Amino acid sequence: MEVIPLLKQLSQIDGISGYEEPIRQLLRQTWKPFVDEMHEDGLGSLIALKYGTQPTGPPESTETSRPRLMLAAHMDEIGLMVTGIEKGFLRIGRVGGTDRRALLGLEVVVHGQRDLPGIVATRPPHVLPKEERKKVVPWDKLFVDVGLPPEEVGRLITVGNLISIRREMVELKNRCVAGKALDNRACVSAITLALERLAGMHHASDVFAVATAQEETGLKGAITSAYGVEPDLAVALDVTFGKHPGIAEVEAFPLGDGPTIGIGPNFHPQLVTRLKEVADAHEIPYQMDPIPGRSGTDAWAIQVAREGVPTALLSIPLRYMHQPVETLAAQDVERAGRLLAAFIAGLEAGFLEKLAWDREEGGSERTHDT
Amino acid sequence: MILRELSEATGVSGNEREVRAVVLDAIQKHADEVRVDTMGNVLALKHGADDSDSPTAGHRHIRVMLSAHMDEVGLMVVGYDNDGFLKVRAVGGIDPRLLPGTLLQVGPDHIPGVIGTKPIHLLKEKEGQKVPQIENLVVDIGAKGKDEAQRLAPLGTYAHFVTQFRELGPTVSGKAFDDRAGCAVLVELLRGARFHFDLHAAFTVQEEVGLRGARVAAYAIEPDCAFALEGTIADDIPKDKDISPTTELGKGPAITVMDRSFVADRRLVRLLTDTAEELDIPYQIKQPGIGGTDAGAIHLAREGVPSVTVAVPCRYIHSPVALLSVDDFNNTVRLMRESLSRLTPHTLTRRQ
Repeated sequence: MEVIPLLKQLSQIDGISGYEEPIRQLLRQTWKPFVDEMHEDGLGSLIALKYGTQPTGPPESTETSRPRLMLAAHMDEIGLMVTGIEKGFLRIGRVGGTDRRALLGLEVVVHGQRDLPGIVATRPPHVLPKEERKKVVPWDKLFVDVGLPPEEVGRLITVGNLISIRREMVELKNRCVAGKALDNRACVSAITLALERLAGMHHASDVFAVATAQEETGLKGAITSAYGVEPDLAVALDVTFGKHPGIAEVEAFPLGDGPTIGIGPNFHPQLVTRLKEVADAHEIPYQMDPIPGRSGTDAWAIQVAREGVPTALLSIPLRYMHQPVETLAAQDVERAGRLLAAFIAGLEAGFLEKLAWDREEGGSERTHDT
Repeated sequence: MILRELSEATGVSGNEREVRAVVLDAIQKHADEVRVDTMGNVLALKHGADDSDSPTAGHRHIRVMLSAHMDEVGLMVVGYDNDGFLKVRAVGGIDPRLLPGTLLQVGPDHIPGVIGTKPIHLLKEKEGQKVPQIENLVVDIGAKGKDEAQRLAPLGTYAHFVTQFRELGPTVSGKAFDDRAGCAVLVELLRGARFHFDLHAAFTVQEEVGLRGARVAAYAIEPDCAFALEGTIADDIPKDKDISPTTELGKGPAITVMDRSFVADRRLVRLLTDTAEELDIPYQIKQPGIGGTDAGAIHLAREGVPSVTVAVPCRYIHSPVALLSVDDFNNTVRLMRESLSRLTPHTLTRRQ
């Protein structure tokens, strides 16, 4: 599968937190050839299962149980919601961490009785006091204009209707792409590429690929899907901050230098080590992302599901997160996909034992970099 | 609608080539003489009809200038940083509030570029309240370093907004309606029947950087009177105190009595309002004192030219996407056509 067309397709489809239907439908089709089973859980996460190949067959049909590996990337995106209607203009609130600094002058789609094109607007600068022109427009002065008379707006739109960002993904230089919702469709793409690769590979574990719902509103889909999948180990994938002017060096990663591997309390040291070893062995470039506490990703929820899950985090550096021009390097997505597939194919049946803590703490067994 | 083609063409001040090409194609068959002057203005002449039955016949010698500007606001590359990001400055009046999150095209090859800012997650308290100024923003074209950036977008390269024209029902949306709306009105007027006088149409350049094109166009045309056709500010969005809305969408063409660039000729204002009243064409008077148009340059040409501005109200001008009412557009064309057909030397006589 070509990565850029895949990213474009996944970026441009809608799927605001809690309303992931369009992206979920698309993923059902895209993943179908690569997996053995698919279902949705109560919150709408899409859970696909690819049986392990040693032995073959559904998990319940085999006598020796295979390790259960969960891959998680959230499929939901941030967006807006109609909170009021005034003179035919829509008052708006946000779903997830939508950045109001990047909304003005943006085209959107209002999901009313039918999809209506709209524009995020405020009063023109020409008529504002100088001081007000320097301030970011507050939510109560931002409106969506659908260009219809008030009566028609009242008939077609109600409070609570969702509003998606309309943005075609564009290709910049050096295989960089820019668009909306690349947080986190980039990682959904990486999982898709990994599943495609795995189709021709042997792997000991049952692979549960999960496109989680409602990450942007509080990791909700990861909480319920990790409970449902009951994994033995998990790799969550999300985006991390890409480097650009105005952002501190330690907070961000250059685009095109490979995905990042998270290190810190949220992640199991042996899993981190294994990911690094696999990347080194396959000559896949990567960067280390030290996260001293809450990672703010699905990994945070998965780690504490049921009795706890050894969890790792792969991230793709992305500039301008939560703005409609999220920018990343397509090769980092490909690399994340390759790394995932190689990691899964290389997992031996006995790997779970290596995750036991006493082994990690034993001096000679210690492989975790300091 | 010719407005679609005009809107989707790019033409930041000083770089109006694409828009000029659309204009030249659109008017070629409908004008008797067309030329492009040294500044890049398109000057077209459509001779008056010799219609002896008309009450206004015999006034072919009046020289009437209609102008609309082709240029739009945009950005220009003025430097680079070592990582290959482009430093830019505004060409014309750009509202810095709307730059973050914007999609652009850079240079004649339309290289895609974006403007983003520090993610919301990393903002310190209060940092998120201030609008970043253009000096502190960069355009990202994905270049790998300074050298590549320089090669792809040499100093002085223009960048422009990219927006698809859309029909929303009674309204349309798109970029650069200031002043492609005026250009489209002017094209429609040229396409119609001949007037009884020689019509001098000027599609001007560089309005947004100081009414530069209109000045030389007016000198060359030497008109007896002039009408600047515009897409002007509508400010009818809900607000705390409902002061004057500048103009409102759907209330008809906006006639300027006075703005920051000129005081309109009261006889021409009268001609327009009388015509509108007589024919029941909706119109509105633009709130005085706001904005400026080519009329500001034209009225000072040579020994002075009686001038007025007529505009299609547009929401969100100078932003990546504006919106106007199709009825307002059609009524602007109609009001202009009807008013011009009533224009005689008598209109311009000063009565004591």
